[in-house]
Amino acid sequence: MKKDFDKAIVIQEALKELPSSARRLFMKRAVTLGGLSLLSGCAVTDKDSAERMLRKISTLNDDFQAWLFDPNKLAPTYPESMITRPVPFNAFYDRDEIPEIDESDFLLEVSGLVADKHSWPLQELYQLPQTDQVTRHICVEGWSAIGKWGGVTFSTFLKRIGADLTAKYVGFKCEDDYYTSIDMPTALHAQTLLAFTYDGRILPPEYGYPMKLRMPTKLGYKNPKHIAAIFVTNTNPGGYWEDKGYNWFGGI
Amino acid sequence: MNSDSKTIHPIWLRLNHWVNLLALTILVLSGWRIYNAAPIFAFSFPGQIVLGDWLGGALLWHFAAMWLLFFNGLIYLFLNIVTGRFKTRFFPLRPRDLLHDFTAALKGKLTHDTPSEYNAVQKLAYLFVIADVILLVLSGLVVWKSVQFPLLRDLMGDYDNARIVHFCAMAALLAFAAIHVVMVALVPRTLLMMIRGR
Ligand code: HEM
Repeated sequence: MKKDFDKAIVIQEALKELPSSARRLFMKRAVTLGGLSLLSGCAVTDKDSAERMLRKISTLNDDFQAWLFDPNKLAPTYPESMITRPVPFNAFYDRDEIPEIDESDFLLEVSGLVADKHSWPLQELYQLPQTDQVTRHICVEGWSAIGKWGGVTFSTFLKRIGADLTAKYVGFKCEDDYYTSIDMPTALHAQTLLAFTYDGRILPPEYGYPMKLRMPTKLGYKNPKHIAAIFVTNTNPGGYWEDKGYNWFGGI
Repeated sequence: MNSDSKTIHPIWLRLNHWVNLLALTILVLSGWRIYNAAPIFAFSFPGQIVLGDWLGGALLWHFAAMWLLFFNGLIYLFLNIVTGRFKTRFFPLRPRDLLHDFTAALKGKLTHDTPSEYNAVQKLAYLFVIADVILLVLSGLVVWKSVQFPLLRDLMGDYDNARIVHFCAMAALLAFAAIHVVMVALVPRTLLMMIRGR
């Protein structure tokens, strides 16, 4: 106690000796330091409010990306010689938990703002006009891999089911309990595929059998695998990772 | 009015400089966490010094602070150019002066006694870091939106390469910052100037 008192006197004395501008600066610094510690104190106790602010900015980033997205701009395509072999397996679970799906009892459900809500067996989906693409898959983690996916252009499928193309979102529910959703402009992009094959063969389980949505204009977590249900809606359905904090738009 | 009370760094520049420092600190620290999710080289950054307790958190910080850096940088370039400060502060930059000031610096004889003027080495260092931050933003745009910026993507040599460019630009920024801070410590008066303007 005594010591602190002495110190205070010493500092007061020292301050008197300083030219006035330096004294002001010292005070200013003391004030800013206090302010800083207050700020960081806030950040620690009020972590939620920082998180809320960051999420708000992330929503603004969604709007910015929707504005930036050019429906006519195509992602680069690559020669087959550049395909990454093997493309890494990546999911929110381990390899041994990959869902096992049997073609004979699989039906793709369709719902929401669509005219034709009948469920689709795989063979019927395979009858739709097929196309393929060699494009770069970019993961939110930063790695990327070039692969070849084949299937039906998603806009063809959406038109076939009589989807309301002015609706805002298309949502996906998956066999592995994954879920996600995308904006309609991306759903209608020429390179957005409902993919049934990988590298010329039926999509293997680890890449999303029986089908995945392949979008070279969006990050990996926006490309759902093992799709079981597709719905068209005007309320944002969110997503598995998106609800945890990944950016919803996830555009590239 | 004596010369000592003349403002050397206008208030907007001082604010701009410290906001820039804040934005870059957030960007670098969260950038390290993002790098750790898929390291390009055979090392990772220690978990204690990165910003963001998981990848998603780091990304939220990174994509928030990038706007701060971007708009702050635009204001810096805009005000510097329209006030003519850019021209008078950083130019002329003659190779002869550079050589002279650089050898003087190596001998520890480079003085900073005309605070209203930067020496040639300083001018070059600042111009370098301005260009480096622009490169950081441009390579960052390719890492973020490689499909939407095809021209930039080709300039950077596709996505994977843009990541490397982005990383190297960050490393160059840190190299500048390290030297910059040592220089400020050697001439502490400049720090006062950057805080109170004179
Ligand atoms: C703790 C960190 C930093 C400190 C203490 C600091 C301090 C200073 C000081 C004192 C000056 C004025 C120098 C003089 O008048 O001779 C200055 C100028 C400058 N600093 Fe920093 N700085 C820091 C970080 C950075 C960083 C990270 C950058 C990265 C871009 C940066 C970029 C600049 C630039 C470009 C100028 C010249 C500004 C102009 O005149 O237009 N500084 N800094």
